[in-house]
Amino acid sequence: MTREQLRKAEGFAALLLSTLAAFLGLFWLVFILGDVLVHGIKALNLSLFVNDPVPPGVEGGGLRNAFVGQLLITVGATLMGVPVGVLGGTFLAEYARGRKIARFISILADIMVSVPSIVIGTFIYASLVKPIGHFNGWAGAIALSIIMIPVVLRTTEDMLSLVPWTLREAAFALGAPYYQVITKVVYRGAATGILTGILLSIARVAGETAPLLFTSFNNSFFSVNMGQPIASLTVTIFQYAMGPYENWHEQAWAAAFVITIFILLLTITGRIIIKWRYK
Amino acid sequence: MATTSKKNPVDTIFSFVTGAASFTVIVLIIAILYELVHESAPAIARFGIWKFLSSTDWNPVKESFGALTNIYGTILTTVLSLLMAIPVAIGIAVFVTEISPNFLKGPIGVAIELLAAIPSIIYGMWGLFTLSPIMSGYVEPFLKAIFEDVPVVGILFQGTPMGIDILTASIILSIMIIPFTASISRDSFNLTPAVVKESAYALGTTRWEVVRDIVIPYSKLGVFGGVVLSLGRALGETMAVAFVLGNNHRITTSLFDAAATITVTLANEFAEADNDIYLSSLFYLALVLFVMSFITLAIAKFFLLKAERKYSR
Amino acid sequence: MKVFFKVVLVLAVMLSFAQVEAAQTINGAGATFPYPVYGAWAFDYEKVTGVKLNYQSIGSGGGVRQITERTVDFGASDDPSQPDQLQKEKLFQFPAVIGGVVPVANLEGIKAGQLKLDSNTICKIFLGEIKIWNDDSIKKMNPGLKFPQGEITVVYRSDGSGTTAIYTHYLSETCPAWKEKVGEGKSVKYPVGIGGKGNEGVANYVKRTKNSIGYVEFAYAQQNKLGYAQLKNKAGNFVEPSFASFEDAAETGDFDAKKDFYLWLTNAPGKNSWPIAGATFILLAKEKTDSNKNVVKFYDWAFKNGDNKAKELIYVPLPKGLKDKIRAYWKANGLQ
Repeated sequence: MTREQLRKAEGFAALLLSTLAAFLGLFWLVFILGDVLVHGIKALNLSLFVNDPVPPGVEGGGLRNAFVGQLLITVGATLMGVPVGVLGGTFLAEYARGRKIARFISILADIMVSVPSIVIGTFIYASLVKPIGHFNGWAGAIALSIIMIPVVLRTTEDMLSLVPWTLREAAFALGAPYYQVITKVVYRGAATGILTGILLSIARVAGETAPLLFTSFNNSFFSVNMGQPIASLTVTIFQYAMGPYENWHEQAWAAAFVITIFILLLTITGRIIIKWRYK
Repeated sequence: MATTSKKNPVDTIFSFVTGAASFTVIVLIIAILYELVHESAPAIARFGIWKFLSSTDWNPVKESFGALTNIYGTILTTVLSLLMAIPVAIGIAVFVTEISPNFLKGPIGVAIELLAAIPSIIYGMWGLFTLSPIMSGYVEPFLKAIFEDVPVVGILFQGTPMGIDILTASIILSIMIIPFTASISRDSFNLTPAVVKESAYALGTTRWEVVRDIVIPYSKLGVFGGVVLSLGRALGETMAVAFVLGNNHRITTSLFDAAATITVTLANEFAEADNDIYLSSLFYLALVLFVMSFITLAIAKFFLLKAERKYSR
Repeated sequence: MKVFFKVVLVLAVMLSFAQVEAAQTINGAGATFPYPVYGAWAFDYEKVTGVKLNYQSIGSGGGVRQITERTVDFGASDDPSQPDQLQKEKLFQFPAVIGGVVPVANLEGIKAGQLKLDSNTICKIFLGEIKIWNDDSIKKMNPGLKFPQGEITVVYRSDGSGTTAIYTHYLSETCPAWKEKVGEGKSVKYPVGIGGKGNEGVANYVKRTKNSIGYVEFAYAQQNKLGYAQLKNKAGNFVEPSFASFEDAAETGDFDAKKDFYLWLTNAPGKNSWPIAGATFILLAKEKTDSNKNVVKFYDWAFKNGDNKAKELIYVPLPKGLKDKIRAYWKANGLQ
């Protein structure tokens, strides 16, 4: 073989492997999602959403308490995490722009995004659950909000930084104080970006299990009381999947399906918004 | 920098409020560190630092705890998953940047990121119900048949293939972390200046050679940062691994053996540690993990920042 | 912007309602051993009284830990605590129901109740000394059975388990090598095998792993159609796990209120006794007087009305004499 043919062959082989790698990645995605779809659809029925769990051995039952609990915890986490994250990101991109402290906090936030969520669970157990004296939904919501804050903070900071400085200058020229420049001009300009960040952070925490294990714990009954243990979809999936009962497994698949669809929709929506807005 | 001659009081308040919000990041990290140290103090006092990190004992009955089996399991599954994930991830990045037609780049990018969006408990369930039987029924006996008697490599393939073991757990982890390396690598590859690539093409290099000799070396820092980020993610993963790891506190040499990682031990034993030194040792483990992932992520950030600085010149 | 704030306001109002107490809830956590029967009792109790008993089966270790931390209203543990330990943590203890731990094995072609084992072989299997099913000692006890070729996969509890406590107590009593090498307790260092979380996890693993052997509370073996084994008891007879053999073991038990009912029922001497029976206990925090009354009300109701349900699930309801002793204990300690 000539030198050139060798090079061409090597190139072909390498690029072929890369293509195979891409298809392998897609394969896993389709395989896993397909599995969740196939198993989940089987057990998906109205009773899952309307009924509460029954003891093992009894037929029927659903996961209404888990759906409601998951909703309450996620909403609670969002209400706590998003304002802190958005305001924090505002500080880094505006009042502290260019200063060392902004750099430092930004880096720290990036690191915090990947801190193991189970460690955050143990932290909340030690600081909130033990002193209060019982597991409660708020502890779970707070644990999730701690995961959300750095994510929202960083995306807010990035999105605000994308707004051109000249826009701010124009507002200053009109005599507006900085806070008005931020709320009336900059926020408006970065709104879709910040919204996407919020959506993605919700997608991130809606699927978390580990931080809820020793905070909101679990509840086999329907409850809307966040001051006591409350059921969540993720912890229930964990409990049911680990159990030996067939109908538990079916319900776990159905719940997994619902949560996956929800999170994927949030993620795709977020990506589409970003693409459309920042084309 | 925005300065006005008059200090608007609302501005002062707003900057204070937003500043406080951003400071929660610092406060939280310090608080977490403090709580972990505070709770692990009894265990640190009893076992010291070196002894705890190097002891393989995990015996609740005799109240003797050591982190080594957990650290070993954590590191082993992480390294294995990286070994399997990185080639695939870089291959994906190469595909998306060089080979795929333009209209596919977006959708494939989104598809790979969807892998990252799937909650880890779904990975865990899928691992337990679908992957594990496939592993124990087909893949592992196959591997065992081929490699068991091969010298040196053979020790990795001893024992009964149960499907609930290090190999299955590592495979699941590797699928999970592919997107992190893949998307950061893709972004780094895209930052290679077109000018440099074009000059190479002008000299007659093939596509693959441009990737191998121009793009990859140029993006080294970014790719490495992405790899370390994946490592950090794999270190802290709990639910994906909890179902299929087998929870055996032992140092083992076979891929077909069960093991224990810090995260899975915490998930399994935290709510149930029934004596104080046991709970304290678990907090000690959490502290070790926190420190490990903090250092890993700081290293990742360091490389990513360096890459950023290099490219923005 | 305005819409955004409106949405936030609505969500916040929604969430504030989440603090309203709907109905009374009792929170308990602990042993997975009695989870099927506590769950069934709680389900019926709610229909009758509207009170929700939220029982989370996280393992006996968890039950003891959470009641010690006072994060739940009651803890449940199959591992009885000694009176001095109870004194130290300021806890009350009483038994609720009796059940049996059974070895279960996943062996193709071998039906439930066919496999015969004794304490010696079980001990060696769990120590890892007997590695294959085709071992001589196993074959000798089971002349008619054909065993598969494979290695034995041991399945144990990865979490703090009262079932483990009862099981290892039995092994320590009957097998000196076990007592020396491993010991007993809720969480021991098993030499070989894989760990499942809860009775549920062990049942799950045994179900899906060929040639495996584990130990679970009998209700889990029943509900999941696992292949349980016969055991040779202290009197020398091979017995099957059943209501009759559990009851036989329970009858030999002499529970003493002065010792806070601390008692093991393993290796019972009766002719037809199941060798690994055990009671499961409820732990209460001394100072939580109000919630304790609610918990006691529940168990009082269960003692009066829950016997049939318990028997259905193959748990042995406490004998009448013991129930009276428990009620006296409650009265003496201001719980009723």
